[in-house]
Amino acid sequence: MEIPYTTAERPDTGLTNGRFGIWLFLASEVMFFGGLFSSYLLLRLGATDWPRGADRLDVVLGAVNSLLLVLSSITILAAWGALRDGGGLAKARRLLGATIVLGVVFVAIKANEWQHKLEEGIRPATDMFYALYFTMTGLHLIHLLAGLAVLGYLAGPGAALFRRSPKQYTQRVEITGIYWHFVDLVWIVLFPTLYLT
Amino acid sequence: MSQESSARETGGSDGVQATPESFLRRYVFSLDHKVIGIQYALTAFLFLLLGFSLVLVLRWQLAYPDEPVPVLGGLLGEERVTEDGAILPEFYNQLGAMHGTIMVFLAIVPLVVGAFGNYLIPLMIGAPDMAFPKLNMASYWTYAAGGLVMLASFFVPGGAANSGWTSYPPLANIATEGQTYWLFGMLMMIISSLLGSVNAIVTIVQLRAPGMTLDRLPFFIWAQLVTAFLLLLAFPPLQTAAVLQMMDRLLDTSFFMPSGLVVNGEVMANSGGGTPLLWQHLFWFLAHPEVYVLILPAFGIVAEIIANNTRRPLWGYRSMVAATLAIGVLAFIVWAHHMFLTGMGTVISAFFQTTTMIISIPSVVILTCLFLSLWGGAIRFTVPMLFALAFLPMFGIGGLTGLPLGLAAADIYLHDTYYVIGHFHYVVAPGTIFAIFAGVYYWFPKVTGRKLSTVLGHLHFWPSLIFMNGIFLPMFKMGMAGVSRRLFDGGRQYDFGEGVAGLNVAMSHSAWALAAVQVFFVVNLVWSLARGRRVGDNPWQATTLEWSAPSPPIPHGNFAREVRVERGPYEYSAPGADQDYLSQADAAQVAEATGS
Ligand code: HEM
Ligand SMILES: [Cu+2]
Repeated sequence: MEIPYTTAERPDTGLTNGRFGIWLFLASEVMFFGGLFSSYLLLRLGATDWPRGADRLDVVLGAVNSLLLVLSSITILAAWGALRDGGGLAKARRLLGATIVLGVVFVAIKANEWQHKLEEGIRPATDMFYALYFTMTGLHLIHLLAGLAVLGYLAGPGAALFRRSPKQYTQRVEITGIYWHFVDLVWIVLFPTLYLT
Repeated sequence: MSQESSARETGGSDGVQATPESFLRRYVFSLDHKVIGIQYALTAFLFLLLGFSLVLVLRWQLAYPDEPVPVLGGLLGEERVTEDGAILPEFYNQLGAMHGTIMVFLAIVPLVVGAFGNYLIPLMIGAPDMAFPKLNMASYWTYAAGGLVMLASFFVPGGAANSGWTSYPPLANIATEGQTYWLFGMLMMIISSLLGSVNAIVTIVQLRAPGMTLDRLPFFIWAQLVTAFLLLLAFPPLQTAAVLQMMDRLLDTSFFMPSGLVVNGEVMANSGGGTPLLWQHLFWFLAHPEVYVLILPAFGIVAEIIANNTRRPLWGYRSMVAATLAIGVLAFIVWAHHMFLTGMGTVISAFFQTTTMIISIPSVVILTCLFLSLWGGAIRFTVPMLFALAFLPMFGIGGLTGLPLGLAAADIYLHDTYYVIGHFHYVVAPGTIFAIFAGVYYWFPKVTGRKLSTVLGHLHFWPSLIFMNGIFLPMFKMGMAGVSRRLFDGGRQYDFGEGVAGLNVAMSHSAWALAAVQVFFVVNLVWSLARGRRVGDNPWQATTLEWSAPSPPIPHGNFAREVRVERGPYEYSAPGADQDYLSQADAAQVAEATGS
């Protein structure tokens, strides 16, 4: 049995199942992070005083991390473009590999930031600012790690699919890319919220 | 047509692979939406039974406070009962909290969405399966795992969660370990329902058979579609909330802890700066839409059964669809009517009071359409129809008693009393649960090829109707007398409670009697599975597509050939037709399915 519209677009909706599915998933993610940012706002507005993020966090590291994620969004887009325009699997895998490297460096920098805080004796329980810092960056990190796992699969064992169905493989890269952009976007909002204000 | 012959035919006709599946693939880690639907149904019915059993024990304490529980008293252990077997207050709280949690999240939603939705959506739209079979399987197993975590929590020190199904902090923050399990369980339930809702929406939008345009979708499908959107968008903020509460409990943050909180005479050491109200907002942002998740699929089930048994098209199909969509939008802006007593100010109260009054309009529209659908129909009083008919006034009582709760001034008096308990139980118990029973009686022949016994059905229905009302009607009186919910002694400690406390005895006996008559249902299921009368593919002479598939439908694929949809969902008693119903499917499909 074949599920219709797995790789072909349904004419009247113009969508494949996977592409539609990822947008729905992201809609729920918007609600998830929406709940988180709303909580941040409520807690911050209710606080009597609030530290400046720049005084407590390393703005340079945060900015570098933002840059890394923006670059990784470009590389993953290029990977998808290469597949779509018939640029071949090898090129796409190189670009996916670059995306993974950028993501891993992000994680390393983040881990380093956390470690410094923990060494200074700072914990989520220290105060509301750090509670939000650890929780929000942590939840973002989990999303990023999930993305890295999928990318690792696509660049590694999952690439075998390309030979059987290039179209389906291309769609998987596209869908992962959409997700990756979202994770990137969350950071782009998170960075100024936590580090700059 | 028997199952084997139809399976053989498809095997030949369109090359469906005939390799036998292993037992595990077929019944345990199945990818077939029908098997997954049945897995959901069986698991969720077990949870329904468990949730019900908890409250049967709890009701002993309400009827006969501090008296030893018969039989069970000796078995529950010293953490839960006194030496002579009377329920301890701590255990009473666990019973209440877990009853609510299990009923809402592990029983009713998985039944109406996981079981009915999964089984019927592909069949009713003429699709071979759900859009993402693997996600479907993952969704079921995440649900099952979440359920196991909830069950395990009964056996940790301090027992299961005991801060109500609403888990309000600061109480839930400082509660025993069971609360952490509760949060883990909820996170899994949320992930499960997220996977399920993405699947349902994509399936309905993408996999409709040729000719199944939007205005030909059965109302059941519309109800499932809007329900899936509610689950998709309302649940994530609760996920956020659960993560934050987990942080509070495990890493001592203070998201929900105000500064200077005093517990047991001591100031808490937390950094403070948080607010319990944040939890309430996040929780009710989910939980109000959640009540529509409980009721919309029930509307869908009842609508199908009413159209079939009145042999007439639904009255106002389009209005019903519009009303359902309206509910889907408005459900997101009424949540704070659960919070009128939190001191949120009159302007905000007025806003939420207004939206609440507005959202009751579409509910009334749907109910009115269903009532009017009965008008002038040649009603067949089948067992599913009896349950569907009873649903209407029962939901009516539940919905109407909600209006005073939505008016801030009246709610200040009624909030957190037994009146509220009466209100929502009328909606979900004789409401949604009756719709579920109706659905089981109606679609059982499709699932098994056999009909449930009518005699046992009557023995199940009539006493259930009586005892349901016996339990819940007195709650309005108790609530209006001022008795609060969640009281260990049922309100006897207050003067105003004493006058109505006696009602508890009759209510508890109704509950136990209700449990007893469910035996007819269980016996009916088991007996009919083996011995029930074999019926054809379309025993109710129904129009929607699932009835043009074999009973049971073909594993992995459902239909013997591609379906083409020719007409709307409720072509009953169409003028000029030579029978009183016209299937949505084309003539060839119908002929093949019925083997003629
Ligand atoms: C039709 C219009 C409805 C209105 C105007 C309405 C209104 C309300 C209000 C204002 C409350 C809060 C009462 C309080 O805590 O003081 C409430 C509670 C509740 N309602 Fe409804 N409701 C309606 C329909 C439903 C439906 C369809 C369900 C579905 C199951 C439902 C389930 C509940 C539940 C579970 C609670 C209790 C929440 C708790 O534990 O505090 N209601 N309702
Ligand atoms: Cu509500």
